[in-house]
Amino acid sequence: MTPVNPLLGDYSELFMLLAALTYTIAFLAFTIDLMRAKTIPPEPADVEESSEQSNRSRLPAQVGAGVEWSHSGTSPRGGSQGNAGTGAAGSSGMGYEPLRRPAARIGVAVSAIGLLIHLTGVLTRGIAAGRVPWGNMYEFVTTGALMVMAVFLICLIFRDLRFLGTLITGLVLVMLMAGAIAYPTPVAQLIPALQSYWLIIHVSIAVLASAIFTLTFCLSVLQLIKTRQERAGRPSSSGVMRLIPSAKALDQLAYRLNGIGFIFWTFTLMAGAIWAEAAWGRYWGWDTKEVWTFVIWVLYAGYLHARATRGWEGSRAAWLSITGYLCVVFNFTIVNMYFAGLHSYSGL
Amino acid sequence: MAPDSQTETQPGSLNATEMLQWAWRQLTSMRTAVQLLLLLAVAAVPGSLFPQRRANPAVVTQYLEDNPDIGPWMDRFQLFDVYSSAWFSAIYLLLFISLIGCVIPRAGVYWKHMRARPPRTPRRLSRMPEHGTLSLPAQTAMTPASAVEDASGLLRRRGYRVQVQDEDTDTPSVAAERGYLKEAGNLLFHVSLIGVLISVAVGGLFGYRGQKLIIEGESFTNTEISYDFFFPGTNYDTDWLAPFSLTLNDFDVSFDRSETNYGNPVDFTAAMTTRENPEAADRIETLRVNEPIGFGGTNVYLIGNGYAPMITVRDGNGNIALQGPVPALPQDPTYNSSIVIKAPDAQPDQLGFVGFFLPTAVVDDNGVAFGSDPDPFNPQLNLNSYYGDLGLDDGTPVNVYQLDTTSLTQLNGRNTPDGGITLGAYQTYDLPEGKGSITFDGLKRYVALDIVYDPGKTGALISTSLALTGLILTLTISRRRVWVRASTHDDGRTLIEYGLLARGKDQGLSKEALSIGAALAAQWSNTLHPANQPQQEGSKQ
Ligand code: HEM
Repeated sequence: MTPVNPLLGDYSELFMLLAALTYTIAFLAFTIDLMRAKTIPPEPADVEESSEQSNRSRLPAQVGAGVEWSHSGTSPRGGSQGNAGTGAAGSSGMGYEPLRRPAARIGVAVSAIGLLIHLTGVLTRGIAAGRVPWGNMYEFVTTGALMVMAVFLICLIFRDLRFLGTLITGLVLVMLMAGAIAYPTPVAQLIPALQSYWLIIHVSIAVLASAIFTLTFCLSVLQLIKTRQERAGRPSSSGVMRLIPSAKALDQLAYRLNGIGFIFWTFTLMAGAIWAEAAWGRYWGWDTKEVWTFVIWVLYAGYLHARATRGWEGSRAAWLSITGYLCVVFNFTIVNMYFAGLHSYSGL
Repeated sequence: MAPDSQTETQPGSLNATEMLQWAWRQLTSMRTAVQLLLLLAVAAVPGSLFPQRRANPAVVTQYLEDNPDIGPWMDRFQLFDVYSSAWFSAIYLLLFISLIGCVIPRAGVYWKHMRARPPRTPRRLSRMPEHGTLSLPAQTAMTPASAVEDASGLLRRRGYRVQVQDEDTDTPSVAAERGYLKEAGNLLFHVSLIGVLISVAVGGLFGYRGQKLIIEGESFTNTEISYDFFFPGTNYDTDWLAPFSLTLNDFDVSFDRSETNYGNPVDFTAAMTTRENPEAADRIETLRVNEPIGFGGTNVYLIGNGYAPMITVRDGNGNIALQGPVPALPQDPTYNSSIVIKAPDAQPDQLGFVGFFLPTAVVDDNGVAFGSDPDPFNPQLNLNSYYGDLGLDDGTPVNVYQLDTTSLTQLNGRNTPDGGITLGAYQTYDLPEGKGSITFDGLKRYVALDIVYDPGKTGALISTSLALTGLILTLTISRRRVWVRASTHDDGRTLIEYGLLARGKDQGLSKEALSIGAALAAQWSNTLHPANQPQQEGSKQ
């Protein structure tokens, strides 16, 4: 057993605080970006065409050696393919558009800096404790927040999700504050029940899955708002919602991410069962933590089915995705703190 | 996913067969699957809100005592046995019947798909959600046939199964399809879930689970009577018990002594001598939390530990009525433990003691002793004593960790005038009325072991691994079809049309379409003018 290093632990907390401050700036920048959305000149294609049509891209081009190519389809990335010509891309997709959004750029850049500081905080915590930094509530929530931010920034490489910036940085701030206020825990060694390499595997994947579900939760909430707007027939270019893609585009991205999250959650469930077998001699015993992990798994399975079921796609599926995430949060907070069970590792 | 109804409607109203068919279609429909899944999620929740008999029988009894009105009703609705209740079982069994009814017909359909060739090229490719055209200049030597040849090679390299069609006509085409494993993954996932259910059932039928508390220096032989608690599976035969034995030589604990986490446990290690069977040689093994010891399928787990104070009880006649370690049950992280001592051999009256053991006793301002540290720095016993009939002689099983004091007479206790018994290390206390004495001779540790045989767990591991594999396949692979047709234009140019179609929702289809279009364009502008570099390498995704 390597002894813990409380001094390094103090530095870790300082880094966490700095990360939170940095994220606050990013939060403000993203919020300004949304507020200023009204002033961005709408694209001509966006105003009249329905979301379905504005989503279409055309791509006629002279490629070379006299070969001519033209293409038409529904590209959610618009003309960002960068191959030849730029098709008209509607704002209902999630490709990067040639709009000037300086505040959003600042938000992303500051978030990235915050992520580095945050990462330093989590790493120093791990080094201070001489183990992986996810062994109690404080560590789950700080590492979880790091994962949410990382998943978000990675997704930004592929899709223009900057409209999520406010929600994500806001949630991450809440998580960091919860860690500092509700669950402050000094650096410590692990209790014997947690001394297993399964802690590394099981918990890290659980945190990753939860981070992905955090993203889809935001997407599903926006999807519901957008659906209401679209039903009411309000033009998508009005107000704060101007920068937010169509309900359909949100739904599709949420589906993809929920699918990936579900794979990780399934793995979490399996790894947890294997660990439970090694620790307690049974792989499944309906312990409270196991019950809730199962409930979440079944809910997301229900979501995946709902998307393929007539009458359940769209808003109902979005509600399932939201319920699933609320259960993830419940499982992490209330169940860890107030429900008796074998998983009494919350360190409270 | 309901199988299509193939029966003709009989004259008259619905008959019994049709009713059954209708019910079956309802049960195996996607909508029912969603509803059953949600129902299952909701039904699982009460088991986390109310104490469950299987995990905590004593807490359930207590709950029933505390809630005499509502408790029995809750019991009637099996709220203390949620996961074996009729309603919970009904939901998951219906779900699995629905699953089987859903998956088996699909397996047949899938088998046909698997071997089918890519479907014929539709007449109008411009109807496809993604489509495009390329035109090659007239002066090239490119014929429609060679263009289709090129396209089919390109698609094959991209992982498509291809089939050239209408080769001998003016408008040859290639049909291509990929993603056959998506459906296979879906089937594998759902079938594996059935495998999980079967594995759980096998474990419940043919396995067993037992508990045993072993004090340092004691041994255990794996026979039914050696267990403190023994829970055989429904079809378990005790002749199957593996003939191993083990001895607890030493149990080592260490607690965190750093300033911030003083007293947290850091390590529990049990040093064991084990023997696979009576003829086998002794082995020295270490048992730790998370690291069970195995005996050919039967595993021994370290579940708990505590202190066993060594006690000597002398009876009213001055004879030793009890001598040895008595396990105390820890109640909190400082090993503040409850203890019950029974001396049924005491004469003329049987003696019983109930109270606390504190490893490090500290007396607070009110004179009440409490435990302050899990290590034995100042061990102390605080006991009340009783005499009378302990109720052990009539053969009915009683809990060794409880003393039913209703038919006993109290000798002394915390609330009697002379107070209860307080015993430090190596001290002796003489009981009132010459009933005898009790001595605290020393301290041993014990371990609580779970011993488990679960023949279903390998199956469960294999099934869940297959399920995960299937899930990854079905959620990451897209099923796509591509058609490319070539023809010669009146002005001599070669015209290429392509179209793409996905099964189900597929966000990446348009990206794939652009990528294929670009790859075709790049390939042909390359072959036509190798020197003239085309634009970007569009074929790379
Ligand atoms: C034990 C409960 C079940 C679980 C945990 C489960 C889970 C899943 C999951 C995770 C998927 C992947 C979804 C996707 O590809 O988007 C899926 C797909 C599917 N499941 Fe289930 N399932 C269950 C029961 C059923 C039942 C009872 C049926 C039939 C009524 C069914 C029919 C299907 C079908 C048809 C799909 C493909 C949906 C699509 O095309 O997207 N499943 N299931």
